[in-house]
Amino acid sequence: MNKTKQMVLALVGVAVLDLVLWILIRIGIIGPYWQIILNESMIYVIGGLGLSIIYGFTGQFSLGHAAFVGIGAYCAGWFAITFSHYGIWASLGSLVVGMVSAGLVGYLIGVPILRLKSDYLGIATLGFNFIVYDGMQNSDKLSSVLGGAQGMTGVPQFQTFEWYFVTAVIVFILVRNLVFSSHGRACTAIRENETAADVVGVSPARTKIMAFTVGCVLAGLGGALYAHNYPYVNPDSFSFLESINYLIIVVLGGLGSMTGTVITAVGWAFLLEVLRMFLSLLGPSFINLRGVLYALILVIVIILRPQGIFGGIEASFLVPHIGRRKSDAAAGS
Amino acid sequence: MVTFFQQVVNGLQLGLVYALIALGYTMVYGIVKLINFAHGDVFMVGAFMGYIGYTFIKLPWPVALVMALLTCAVIGVINERLVYRPLRYAAKISALISAIGASFFIEYFTSLNFVFTPNYISFTPPIKEITWIVGGVRITDIQVVILVTVAAFLALLQLLIFRTKLGLAMRTVSFDHDAARLMGVDVDKTISFTFFVGSGLAGIGGVLFGFAYPQIWTFMGVMTGLKAFIAAVLGGIGILPGAVLGALIMGQVEILTSAYISSQARDAIAFAILIIVLLIRPSGILGRNEPEKI
Amino acid sequence: MMKRTKWVALLLVVLFVFSVALAGCAPKTQSNVIKIGLIVPLTGNVATFGQSIQNAFNLAIKQAGGTVGGYTIQTVMADDQNTANQATAVATKLCTQDKVSAIVGSATSLTTIPISVVCEQYHVPFVTPTATNVRVTMDPNRKLYAFRACFIDPFQGLAGATFDYNNLHAKTAAVMFDETNAYSSGLKDNFVKAFTQLGGKIVAQMAYTTNDTDFSADLTQIAKLNPDVLYLPDYYQKVSLIGGQARNLGVKSTFMGGDGWDSSDLNFAVMNGGYFTNHYSADDPSPMVVKWVSDYKAAYGSVPDALATLGYDATLIVLQGIRSAQSTDPTKIRDAIQNLNGYQGVTAKFSFGPDGNPVNKPAVVLQINGPAKKYNFITEVAPS
Repeated sequence: MNKTKQMVLALVGVAVLDLVLWILIRIGIIGPYWQIILNESMIYVIGGLGLSIIYGFTGQFSLGHAAFVGIGAYCAGWFAITFSHYGIWASLGSLVVGMVSAGLVGYLIGVPILRLKSDYLGIATLGFNFIVYDGMQNSDKLSSVLGGAQGMTGVPQFQTFEWYFVTAVIVFILVRNLVFSSHGRACTAIRENETAADVVGVSPARTKIMAFTVGCVLAGLGGALYAHNYPYVNPDSFSFLESINYLIIVVLGGLGSMTGTVITAVGWAFLLEVLRMFLSLLGPSFINLRGVLYALILVIVIILRPQGIFGGIEASFLVPHIGRRKSDAAAGS
Repeated sequence: MVTFFQQVVNGLQLGLVYALIALGYTMVYGIVKLINFAHGDVFMVGAFMGYIGYTFIKLPWPVALVMALLTCAVIGVINERLVYRPLRYAAKISALISAIGASFFIEYFTSLNFVFTPNYISFTPPIKEITWIVGGVRITDIQVVILVTVAAFLALLQLLIFRTKLGLAMRTVSFDHDAARLMGVDVDKTISFTFFVGSGLAGIGGVLFGFAYPQIWTFMGVMTGLKAFIAAVLGGIGILPGAVLGALIMGQVEILTSAYISSQARDAIAFAILIIVLLIRPSGILGRNEPEKI
Repeated sequence: MMKRTKWVALLLVVLFVFSVALAGCAPKTQSNVIKIGLIVPLTGNVATFGQSIQNAFNLAIKQAGGTVGGYTIQTVMADDQNTANQATAVATKLCTQDKVSAIVGSATSLTTIPISVVCEQYHVPFVTPTATNVRVTMDPNRKLYAFRACFIDPFQGLAGATFDYNNLHAKTAAVMFDETNAYSSGLKDNFVKAFTQLGGKIVAQMAYTTNDTDFSADLTQIAKLNPDVLYLPDYYQKVSLIGGQARNLGVKSTFMGGDGWDSSDLNFAVMNGGYFTNHYSADDPSPMVVKWVSDYKAAYGSVPDALATLGYDATLIVLQGIRSAQSTDPTKIRDAIQNLNGYQGVTAKFSFGPDGNPVNKPAVVLQINGPAKKYNFITEVAPS
């Protein structure tokens, strides 16, 4: 079946999924606790797609992604609290604030840092993560609303899943369009061979900075949503361990595969919860095994499929048709 | 002025401990181009083994040190065999993820009650604390032990790498695996041996760390290992003297930043300095800027 | 290739459905059963706190015969690992999935502040044994479902400062605190404010992070400044590490601290002679305390620390609330707890003020007795 049909089918499928979940939530099969987890999975999808652009598609090894999520969370949270008398407009505005703040910082940091190669870039971004973390611990000196080590409370909470789902879908469509545009192709060119790309006229510096900034904008959006999903924002949610979580999602999903990132992000969020439920059913002494099992699963999956679960695979309806159509060939064009 | 020298000595102690761990990181990276995330956790196991040795089995501390060394060396080899070898010729990032998984596994497994314990353990180190005051600066016997041990092992390592056949094999493999094979080098065994030595060093680092900072915890390897790794990169990853240099610098930067700039922003400033150094010397201080082959 | 992807996608869908089904099959609560939740750090960096509170909770329920007010008690345990994210997650689960009627927990302010927000959202009352940060009950307005069994940090900081200034005649103090720890930084603020107001001088305030193990830089400076008191408002394991390094680096100041020191894992030898403010003393001759200490010793083989004692009081408060309310309705239980009037616990007679804190709760100052591995009671500090 042709691409258009596939795409329409996909969109319909997405709408149906949303409807099903909406019904399950309304009748109460999915309680508030699982709604939070569903929302969390959407946040990881958005943040994960951000890192996917930076690392999966452009090959820039960033170990500080959670810092940008955190910047988005704190800026958005501050905005939503300070202007809370504007109601929902404050929260919508805070999403924009989150994206812009994270994107701006990403741009400013990216310009000097992105000239570093691979492992060194990883270290630099990791160092940046620590700097931001430290800043968050002392944020109460900047504004008491931010809370410092004692955390930020008071961000208006929106836990309706639809908001998160729709946002994630929109982000996904935008990312897909970016990836298959000339900008996206420039990114993959840089990832494959920077020098060759340069020779053909793709500017490494501009492409890398653009990809990094876009990735950080998405991280900021994820962070802004985070602030509205959890009643307590504290620096520990944005430590380098969290950056590693994003890295795991992107790599395990398959570098350069959006489908992979999305499915792995959702699966990962649920895996941890399923492990928790399953182990607590077995008994209180088994809860400690959660970390061990998680680690084992991680190692086994990556050894069995080093390219990632969806490495090199993209849902076919996403990939645009390139080249001549059958009809053109038949007509002798 | 005296206080300054005291702070330098403090930084030296910290830096030397980082050096032992950084050496292991750099050795492994040099030979298989892998960031061995689990290295910090091997360090932790060493600290625990040392503690168990001199507290429960009542071994004299040098013997406990050797026990820790051997245990960690073996764990390193097992780690390589099970977790890294299958991915040796796959993408680097996959091996890194595998290393992260191994690291989590060691941390959470040892946290189980029937293995070690999830609690912190404070203890009295087996070396009786003697302090000498030299020109106003306090120096402890433990610091001397650490200095002597690091120097001794560094010398031994240099001897190994540059004067033995095994060392030659290690250097060959670090250049090119296939070429080494063609020369008759058993690549697998050489890599295993590298992990053996590197992890053993981390084990010693763990025991010495326990002497200097007598509190152990199953997650103690995370930050310390990370800082040692950064030290190795700072000095030029894959270069042994670079690891030591980077570690000593890290130690000094941490301590002096805390003492003279701000203890509040200690980590932040230390990392900022790190980033600036990398921007000036992108391959690390002693690193060679290898031109990219097309 | 596509076939494998289909299988993986199918597997993930199955996983998802399975987890939703698991979520859905929460067992129905029988009519005469009441569910009480316990959230404590059983693993993580303050595991002894959690273990103590859990012991006390279990003992209190056992002593009540497993029933209260005609209902059979069903306990739901959760480990928050002393991280805010876990605390939020397990609190939400307890309130919405398990549908508990009341909660005892958690041990530290870092985890209890998010728990308080969640419980307020779902209208489930909780009593924290030992979270001392003000924001647990007031942020800035009162969270009606939040209660605590202990004093708060403004009082604790004042008690510590008063003791140092008046009893120890300290004129100067240095403070080292964990800037990544809500409890530590909060208590530090209160001590500094109180000590300065009394007329003392704070010569240095030095921050470190939870992951730091080397304090030589800060301690060398402090040795040089030589204050009368070194205030260490942190948990027992950090304090043990700092104390050891301090003496080696020539720090002669008297150590002073807060209730985070209370643990059997504290390094008694290194901290010998140090003072700290706490919630109760095991040497207190009052009959309730004596009975409590001997009951706990009989059950668990050791002298109960303040965490266990307050955990016991918190559980008793919850049980009394249920008895008064004669209901499993969380809101009715909350009202009953708020209206308690002089209910006799081990550490005090409990009445709750409009701020959710117990009224007139005193602090004790204890001194570390290194050789005997216990605390000596020094004095009691009453609220003004």
